[in-house]
Amino acid sequence: MPDVLEMANVSFRWPGRSGFGLAVERFTLKPREKLLLIGPSGSGKSTLLSLIAGIVAPQTGRISILGTDIARLSASHRDRFRAEHLGVIFQMFNLLPYGTVVDNVLLSLSFAKERRKRAGGQTGERQEAMRLLTRLGLEQTLVEGRSAASLSVGQQQRVAAARALIGRPDLVIADEPTSALDRNRQIAFLDLLFSELDIAGAALMMVSHDETLASRFDRVANLTEIARVLSGEEAPT
Amino acid sequence: MIVLRLALQSLMNRWVTALLTIASIALSVLLLLGVEKVRNGARESFANTISGTDIIVGARSGSIQLLLYSVFRIGNATNNITWPSYEDIARQPEVAWAVPLSLGDSHRGFRVLGTTPDYFKHYRYRRTNNLEFASGQPFADLFDAVLGADVAAKLGYKLGDKMIVAHGLGDVSFVEHDDKPFRVAGILKKTGTPIDRTVHVGLEAIEAIHVDWQSGARQPGEAVSVDDVRNLDLKPKAITAAMLGLKSRLATFRLQRAINEYPREPLSAIIPGVALQELWDLVSIAETALTAVSIMVVITALIGMVVMILTTLNERRREMAILRSVGARPSTILGLLTAEAGFLTVAGVALGTAMLYLSLAMLRPMLDRLYGLNLTIEALHWHEWQMLGAVVLAGLLAGLLPALRAYRLSVADGMTIRT
Repeated sequence: MPDVLEMANVSFRWPGRSGFGLAVERFTLKPREKLLLIGPSGSGKSTLLSLIAGIVAPQTGRISILGTDIARLSASHRDRFRAEHLGVIFQMFNLLPYGTVVDNVLLSLSFAKERRKRAGGQTGERQEAMRLLTRLGLEQTLVEGRSAASLSVGQQQRVAAARALIGRPDLVIADEPTSALDRNRQIAFLDLLFSELDIAGAALMMVSHDETLASRFDRVANLTEIARVLSGEEAPT
Repeated sequence: MIVLRLALQSLMNRWVTALLTIASIALSVLLLLGVEKVRNGARESFANTISGTDIIVGARSGSIQLLLYSVFRIGNATNNITWPSYEDIARQPEVAWAVPLSLGDSHRGFRVLGTTPDYFKHYRYRRTNNLEFASGQPFADLFDAVLGADVAAKLGYKLGDKMIVAHGLGDVSFVEHDDKPFRVAGILKKTGTPIDRTVHVGLEAIEAIHVDWQSGARQPGEAVSVDDVRNLDLKPKAITAAMLGLKSRLATFRLQRAINEYPREPLSAIIPGVALQELWDLVSIAETALTAVSIMVVITALIGMVVMILTTLNERRREMAILRSVGARPSTILGLLTAEAGFLTVAGVALGTAMLYLSLAMLRPMLDRLYGLNLTIEALHWHEWQMLGAVVLAGLLAGLLPALRAYRLSVADGMTIRT
């Protein structure tokens, strides 16, 4: 089985005058591996996640996800690829506040045909969303017909986890998903997330600056060891 | 589907501004269609003021001037037609009927028209409508008068009432033919034409009230009594204009030229339809201005919509980042925002059209009664569909402005959530 993620000789620079960029020599993630990536702000977290998610493409190098080099895909194919294979959890504001909880979960199937089939298709997707929500501790009575805005921050993060996990993606990337939660809730959230990741068979790449969570992960890496920030006039190589 | 539902919910989340936007587009569309409707109605009513008459003859003048005084009772004739010339023209073989018109007097602000009972037989409006009597009948006696609907309504005349005709055309006249009062013999039904504002009397009656007058003033000591007047020869020496009906329409242009080149006195002959069109062309500048204003109102409403969508873009960057994270392309974002503009415009257009028909249904009888404006309630014409299509297209194009901005924002932001 190929690595879930393999980055080699990647260099990327944002367009525009700022010239901020990132270079990754080599970085891999095994199937089902749960990686905690520690990095202070400004170390290029967002850029790295944007590269892996295929929002932007590197100027040089290879970013393989399950053997597909997304750096060689067109922008719209990268979007489609992300829809099919990735789950994304943000730090906060994960949900469309006016939509119902279930619609927010099902949103991640809107642009992914295969993934939608995996989630049970038109007939089963709602049930699957409810199952995930229940597994993540959101009882049916709590979410039925409710708008996402009526939930607490902790509950919203769990809905975001359900959205990332539905349809069994191969890789979930999470950008400080627990930073808005208090300590107890952080642990509870991670426990639920991990058990569902195992069921879905997905790998996790979570970025945080909180090292105290390290013991729960398969691997801990420091972003500065993996990626080098390119700034100013430095030429991308 | 979920994306569309969420987009709709996003819009409903902003329902106050969305509703106001739709309302402003609807009002602008109502104005646009309304102006078009009134424009066509007015043109129609105007063009249908007189029909069935093939030629109008008057003293030499411009065709519009002749039309204005003979049909619309506006302005004055500069000269008259002598009676022998009229009789000569009426005798031409092409002429089926001729009705003389004599203008110059008024009754409390309404024009008095001297004519023959044939007038009521041959005058047509709105293509085929005859003049109809609400009560009474055409004048039989020398001093009988037939009133237009507005005259009777405004001055409160009933059949048999006496009325005094004033000399000249002022609203308040100090020179009155008070020695020879008229009797109301008939009242016409409302036509929506200048007929409604006309007092009709016999051609001889016009002569009769002027027998003892010279140069616009009564000769002192020469008053002729009503009874004496009846015995006089009241054949007029001159008339103002005449309406002609021809046996064959094909002869129209030939006769028109013959009259225009009439050897014995300078005359003008006009074809009412042509002259009406000329007159309408003159008025159409105002018509165009009205349309231009309503188009600008539509543009204003669409700008309002663009402003409304643009101002929400910043707070919706989160929405876009989330959509991007689940695999939406930037072009999907572009499409969603354009669709939003399209939805608002179509909703506005639909509401505006509904409002048009509602107001037509409510105002139609009143407009016909007050202004003689006959607006028909009918399906939208091709031209109106085109206008509505243009509004929707303009809405979509205007919607591209915020959509392109959203596109750029979503490309720049990627999955970064900015709030």
